[in-house]
Amino acid sequence: MRKVAIYGKGGIGKSTTTQNTVAGLAEMGKKVMVVGCDPKADSTRLLLGGLAQKSVLDTLREEGEDVELDYIRKPGFGQTWCVESGGPEPGVGCAGRGIITSINMLESLGAYDADEGLDYAFYDVLGDVVCGGFAMPIRDGKAEEIYIVCSGEMMAMYAANNICKGIMKYAQSGSVRLGGLICNSRNVDNEMEMIEELAKKIGTQMIYFVPRDNDVQRAEINRKTVIEWNPKAPQADHYRNLAKAIDANTMKVIPKPLAIEELEKLLLDFGLLAA
Amino acid sequence: METNTKLVQWDPTDVKTEMLKKYPPKVARKRAQQIMINEAQGNETPEITANVRTIPGIITMRGCTYAGCKGVIMGPTRDIVNITHGPIGCGFYSWLTRRNQTDASAAGAENYMPYCFSTDMEDKDIIFGGEKKLEAAIQEAYDLFHPRAIAVFATCPVGLIGDDIHAVTKKMKEKFGDCNVFAFSCEGYKGVSQSAGHHIANNQIFRHVVGENNEEKPGEFKINLLGEYNIGGDGFEIDRILKKCGITNIATFSGNSSYDQFASAHTANLNCVMCHRSINYVADMLETKFGIPWIKVNFIGAKATAKSLRRIAKYFGDEKLINRVEEVIAEEMPEVERVQSEVRPRTEGKTAMMFVGGSRAHHYQELFNEMGMKTVSAGYEFAHRDDYEGRQVIPNLKVDADSRNIEELEVEPDPVRYKPRKTNEEMKALEATGFPFKDYQGMAADMGEKSLIIDDLNQYEAEKLVEILKPNIFCAGIKEKYSIQKLGIPMKQLHSYDSGGPYAGFKGAVNFYREIDRLVNSKVWEYLKAPWQLNPELSATYVWE
Repeated sequence: MRKVAIYGKGGIGKSTTTQNTVAGLAEMGKKVMVVGCDPKADSTRLLLGGLAQKSVLDTLREEGEDVELDYIRKPGFGQTWCVESGGPEPGVGCAGRGIITSINMLESLGAYDADEGLDYAFYDVLGDVVCGGFAMPIRDGKAEEIYIVCSGEMMAMYAANNICKGIMKYAQSGSVRLGGLICNSRNVDNEMEMIEELAKKIGTQMIYFVPRDNDVQRAEINRKTVIEWNPKAPQADHYRNLAKAIDANTMKVIPKPLAIEELEKLLLDFGLLAA
Repeated sequence: METNTKLVQWDPTDVKTEMLKKYPPKVARKRAQQIMINEAQGNETPEITANVRTIPGIITMRGCTYAGCKGVIMGPTRDIVNITHGPIGCGFYSWLTRRNQTDASAAGAENYMPYCFSTDMEDKDIIFGGEKKLEAAIQEAYDLFHPRAIAVFATCPVGLIGDDIHAVTKKMKEKFGDCNVFAFSCEGYKGVSQSAGHHIANNQIFRHVVGENNEEKPGEFKINLLGEYNIGGDGFEIDRILKKCGITNIATFSGNSSYDQFASAHTANLNCVMCHRSINYVADMLETKFGIPWIKVNFIGAKATAKSLRRIAKYFGDEKLINRVEEVIAEEMPEVERVQSEVRPRTEGKTAMMFVGGSRAHHYQELFNEMGMKTVSAGYEFAHRDDYEGRQVIPNLKVDADSRNIEELEVEPDPVRYKPRKTNEEMKALEATGFPFKDYQGMAADMGEKSLIIDDLNQYEAEKLVEILKPNIFCAGIKEKYSIQKLGIPMKQLHSYDSGGPYAGFKGAVNFYREIDRLVNSKVWEYLKAPWQLNPELSATYVWE
């Protein structure tokens, strides 16, 4: 089983990209479990067709000790398993601690056991690496392969670089590696070249360039991944390609995050500040 | 004498060097600043470093901020329901551990000290936030007991997840109408020791309780006793003596205290500070807001007790009171002197070490002096520089980041109730006769030349000190107790008095003489040897030795 975590700046399209890619993998016949690590619990909406899903933590709170795997995972598009970690209301409690508890619960319930026949476990993690809890998927070998969703926008690149620092920290003591950057295009000037250059400097690759296409939004309105909503759409093929690229990926590295000056220079060189 | 010959073998400078030898250079450098060799009185005392972070890896004697706030300051008050907001262990292990006694025999008196209240936070409360559970706990306590007040104490996780305990207590106070509910942000990790917790407790009790009851209490000479915690009944003995002298104790902060005492504290006319470290903030604030002066007193030691009583009498300047105090002293002293002369031949020349609190290691030297015993080394767990060197150093204290994290209340004279108890001229006239207001000389001034004053002593240094100087008794707390006894030295807890006490006042002095006589003249710990000390199975040396 390959254990993959998707990180990236908030609002960059992690959940959309993850679910569309997972749909692609499922179409290839892979058995995938998606674990949403966001207190908003909206990481599996497209795979489940908008079905309201009871989160691990809500279940744990209401059922106490007596929790079954079936209570917390739901079958989604293409035989995928969908799990939402869940968490507190905004402004209270500790969502990071929630993720730790939730992943431990999944493990103890046997969600990752060999007889589940999983090819992939995907973790879709909220925002930047903000505290120990959100780093949980990259600690202790919970996830071994990280993909960072970014775009040519400055803050997205900052965030990507910052996440690399987190990965570097845990890579030294564990098995986690960076698999590459996924560019979720925002139609920024020179975007592909810039992200390719950023990836090269960090020591990784831009594994795929996902062009911007409003079909993604149209599919979302229908609570579906693009592949399910319109298998013939050109964007569906892009996600299939991304799925194939990840499936075939063998380049897994310990990233070398850039100093802020280097990152600024990169932006300057590609004319962003001038624009 | 036996003990003296031991002393001359070691110069204090050598002891210090020996203690620091094992440390890495940087640690040794830092610790060296917290170990002071006392100079002769009259000389300028050398500077000591105190109230700084303990170096990681060192087994410190210190406690945490939560312990200082809940355990020390608020724990001894009988009719406030103290709820620990946190995991169950924090509440349970801070419950009744200091043997604070209380007298709830009066009709209608409430006593919640035998109860341990906690919100019992679990994993799910950490994740989803504990405010609702806290609210429910406050409601439950109110419904069960209808107390005058409910206090809430934050533990570490509460600070980390950001539960707004002050909003919850404010809401509940408004809801109840007849119960004062307030909270302390005393998370254990704040500050460098329990001292931060004392300060936080002082601030909130002053903000939420002091001044709530304006009713005039009967009594001619009204004082507050600050920093007396009624360990083993100390407060009972002090109250007995005060009462006998005709002095009314309005409020004790906080031994044997009640909510109403705090609420009425502003009606007293003098504040007497026992433990300077833990409560001087309240003394200062009471003076600024209500005009009540404060003096340092000490009721540990018979002579010190007499001196403190005379000082209180002199402040009020009433002939009748002055005479009465003398009568009481004359009445109490013969029994003290009788026991003193009985034990003294057995205790004379023996040595003691004390590492405890922020005043105790100073106060108990009085009692040891009365027994002819010398304190060869002493120090505090959580004191600041002024507790060693005297309050004159306060303007020069470095305020570091840890201290800045603790709120300083801005207090102003109360528009209605501020009433200077003495005019400036009266204060000056008293001061001219050698009557010190707002003054504390610190431990160093009272300790002998070449004695070792050590701040924030740790396990390693304690064992080393005992090994080198072989005191006849070592006084500290429960964490140190058994390791010291294993070294063959009698150990007396001065946090909780083991099962003894009281040791304050005149009767307390007698108790202490007898207890110390019994301890230093018993050889029981010396005789005890662990099996491996008697018959080592194998012996070896470390490769670096």
